[in-house]
Amino acid sequence: MTDDDRVFKALADPTRRFLLDRLFVRDGRTLTELESELEMTRFGVMKHLRVLEDAGLVVARRSGREKLHFLNPVPIRLIHDRWIDKYTERRVSALADLKTELEETA
Amino acid sequence: MTTTTETAVTTQVYRVYIKATPEAIWDAITKPEWTQKYGYGGRAEYDLRPGGAYRGLTSEAMRSMGSPDVAVDGEVIEADPPRKLVQTWRMVMDPEMEAEGFTRLTWEIEESKGGITKLTVIHDLEGAPKLAVLLSGGMEDVGAGGGWSWVLSDLKTLLETGTSLDTEDALNQG
Repeated sequence: MTDDDRVFKALADPTRRFLLDRLFVRDGRTLTELESELEMTRFGVMKHLRVLEDAGLVVARRSGREKLHFLNPVPIRLIHDRWIDKYTERRVSALADLKTELEETA
Repeated sequence: MTTTTETAVTTQVYRVYIKATPEAIWDAITKPEWTQKYGYGGRAEYDLRPGGAYRGLTSEAMRSMGSPDVAVDGEVIEADPPRKLVQTWRMVMDPEMEAEGFTRLTWEIEESKGGITKLTVIHDLEGAPKLAVLLSGGMEDVGAGGGWSWVLSDLKTLLETGTSLDTEDALNQG
């Protein structure tokens, strides 16, 4: 699986998107805090966090005795910069070409 | 992204995997001939020893639009090439951000498998909510660049392909 595949796979699940949204609102949370916002077993939340970590979307760091989870937006940025920018640019240039063509024939 | 300003996020963590050696990444962070090629495009000046000065200069394009010479200043706390760099970091281009004072920035470089190196940026932004918004990309719409994730995405592209992304659009400071 490529890096992009792992990111898309991780984002394809509503619980995992919910976890990312919670971290976006307040970053650096423990498993216990994240678990308290979901009706799911601790084991289930851990499994989802593992998928997010494997995709690089969550980075876990130790702080004293606690393990804190941080949202890492870089993989999404990479997809944005490499894919979305590319396609939107093309659309914009297609519109520009259309405008030139229409104005020439008018 | 107004929610960012309402919360008490004090540490931002960014991680990117780059197909490059730890030495190449260290150079790209600390050497001006590299820092001018990606992200905000300014030259960095590091005196790489504890207590040594750090200055992040503005790019030529930024200066031509009236920016001062220095964008960021700070001090080196720990330099362990090519593995770890800890420094203070203060944005001085904006008076309100300058007033928020020095923040603590840590760069961790770790060799991974298959010629891949893991770069982690930890920015402790306690007491700097305005800077936190800028660095999380919250001011990209007003032409202030996309913060750390934008910079690191560009750094990866530069080191892996030899050319950086076109950052002109994101820095419309006119």
